[in-house]
Amino acid sequence: MADMTATPPEAAPQGLQTADGRPLKAALAESQARAKRRAFYLVAPLLAFILLTFVLPIGQLLSRSVSDPRFIEHVDRSSGEVTPIMTGLRAWFDDNPAGTEPDEAAYAALAADLVLLADLRGQGDVGTRINYEAPGTRSLFTKTARRAEDLQAPFREAILDVDEDWADPMLWQAMRDASSRFTANFYLAALDLAKDETGKIVNVPQERQVYVMLFERTAILSVLITFLTLVLGFPVAHLLATLPLRYSNLLMILVLLPFWTSLLVRTTSWMVLLQSQGVINSTLVWLGVIGEDGRIQMIYNQLGTVIAMTHILLPFMVLPLYSVMRPIKPAYVRAARSLGATSWTAFRRIYLPQTVPGIGAGALLVFILAVGYYITPALVGGADGQLISNLIAFHMQNSLNWSLAAALASLLLAGVLILYWLYDRLVGIDNLKLG
Amino acid sequence: MALPSHASRLERVWHYTYLVICALIFLFLIAPILIIIPLSFNAEPYFTFTEKMLSLDPTGYSLRWYDMLLTLGMSAPDAARDGSWWADAWANSTWLRAAKNSVIIGFFSTLLATFLGTLAALGLSRPEMPFRRTIMAVLISPMIVPIIITATGLFFFYSSTGLANSYLGIVMAHATLGIPFVIITVTATLVGFDHSLSRAAASLGASPARSFFKITMPLILPGVVSGALFAFVTSFDEVVVVLFIAAHDQQTIPRQMWAGIREQISPAILSVATILVIVSIGLLSAVELLRRRSEKMRGLSPG
Repeated sequence: MADMTATPPEAAPQGLQTADGRPLKAALAESQARAKRRAFYLVAPLLAFILLTFVLPIGQLLSRSVSDPRFIEHVDRSSGEVTPIMTGLRAWFDDNPAGTEPDEAAYAALAADLVLLADLRGQGDVGTRINYEAPGTRSLFTKTARRAEDLQAPFREAILDVDEDWADPMLWQAMRDASSRFTANFYLAALDLAKDETGKIVNVPQERQVYVMLFERTAILSVLITFLTLVLGFPVAHLLATLPLRYSNLLMILVLLPFWTSLLVRTTSWMVLLQSQGVINSTLVWLGVIGEDGRIQMIYNQLGTVIAMTHILLPFMVLPLYSVMRPIKPAYVRAARSLGATSWTAFRRIYLPQTVPGIGAGALLVFILAVGYYITPALVGGADGQLISNLIAFHMQNSLNWSLAAALASLLLAGVLILYWLYDRLVGIDNLKLG
Repeated sequence: MALPSHASRLERVWHYTYLVICALIFLFLIAPILIIIPLSFNAEPYFTFTEKMLSLDPTGYSLRWYDMLLTLGMSAPDAARDGSWWADAWANSTWLRAAKNSVIIGFFSTLLATFLGTLAALGLSRPEMPFRRTIMAVLISPMIVPIIITATGLFFFYSSTGLANSYLGIVMAHATLGIPFVIITVTATLVGFDHSLSRAAASLGASPARSFFKITMPLILPGVVSGALFAFVTSFDEVVVVLFIAAHDQQTIPRQMWAGIREQISPAILSVATILVIVSIGLLSAVELLRRRSEKMRGLSPG
């Protein structure tokens, strides 16, 4: 017996061991690391996929928002060949500090660069690029590049002869800005700011200030829509949460069906309902509430956007509210009543505080979804019901100022990500429920 | 919810007012979706009920807009409706071609999203998963980030990699958008999953693969299928990304609808919408049945 109780002398200082003689601590750590690796390997393919198809594109969007190299390099449309352009002028900018009066050397460089540009047929692109920074200058480039071959020294007089607008210090500041690969100017433009000829940041003229107003409008309409979904969603969620499951499951279908129906279908429905020749107006005329010529304009304006978006986002408010309200025990309210509270006090002091997590979750979710809405405002919003997303689409598809679109998108993205982070902290992303 | 017998008169009045308010909100939710169904049978090109429709006169109703879905784009729409007419419709009808594209894109993106999403959900619901919260937040983000931002980013990315104008590009993009739904539904199913079941299988000698297919898979299948349905609906309803990255001839149903609504909205759009509503009713029923089945299997609800 004495043999069996005696521990081997060499093992004593190492603590517990596994059957094959390794320290237990190390073995445990290893097996845990293996379990961790296994779990991670399951997630890895998807993570790689999302990084490729989502995170990387967003990264490209961000890099696009600080760079538009069309003043630096020309990309041939058919062959894709990249040629550096405006090299002479860019060298002059490098040698001379900002604010230097452009001298003969600068104009000579410009003339040489314009000759190359005319060869490449790239004057339109360069003009467009500079036009973003100094509006109204695109034609200068196309016009002057056409005559670039014939320009003779002294170049300053020759170029100013073609168009005296070339002397504009704003233009030179714009070209200097466009010479660097990276620029914050698109962010400035997205915030209705610009640089003046000395490089100081100033507000753009009143009539060209649109973006800040649109951000504000997006925020205000989103708050309004969130509020409306809360007002409409609360009673419904409360009813669903207090009815017996048999009935509430049936009524829940009325909430889930819109949730499952195509966004375009729901938007179309509202167009049909709200049109001036649509169902609601016709019913009102038929009822005699309004006259034939008094049809109410409910669509292609902010009202249309608000109504349709409230309807579309309502399920996103009802579902989180419902999942918080369902487990609330009716005994609490009953206890309050039995202690003498009126039904209003019992609701306000006892029931409402318990639903706050649901209100927070629903409101945050609806707001996040609302600020980025595109389809519905585009179809029913008209001119004054457009949100910031619609402007991003406009710059992507119509004005083709992709860097400005990217800058606007990045600002919107930053806002959404902050809210998303908040949602994850407060609600937890794994508590997101889909019916 | 029933009113107690000792309720005061004011409480009674409020109770019934409240029920009426709820009924009106339910009407607000559901009426816009149902109203387009009768309107899509309108014989006239109007978006309101005509006199004839209201008096239930059969001549006020017609299937002309449904017919238009078939005939639009056909090479000989007025020919006799025999086999070759149907072949013509199948090959050339604009809407049918869009439907075919939508189904193909939806099918493959669902497959991709469901496979990757389920695998990831299995890893994410293991307690030893490192950086669980952060990774989960990244994987869910395509659902939260505004679609216009995703589309813009994909446009830059695809035009620099040559994936633009390709079906592969659209399928990958749609899979990305569908993955959050798969993850959410599958992890929700896995929350109630009893891990001792797979341990029991292992102790009885099953290999990990066998215990997955025989034990885990049947239990989480309802969640996987509803996740897949969500992913399919996401793809089937997606228009912005397609507008940004697809070629002109890659029409899908939502894109065709979008064009139709923007240019000249005609009741033909309503007939498409009606078909889509019926599809979504079917999908919703399927998901509801799956949810109940899953709850029953996991013993979460008595019925």
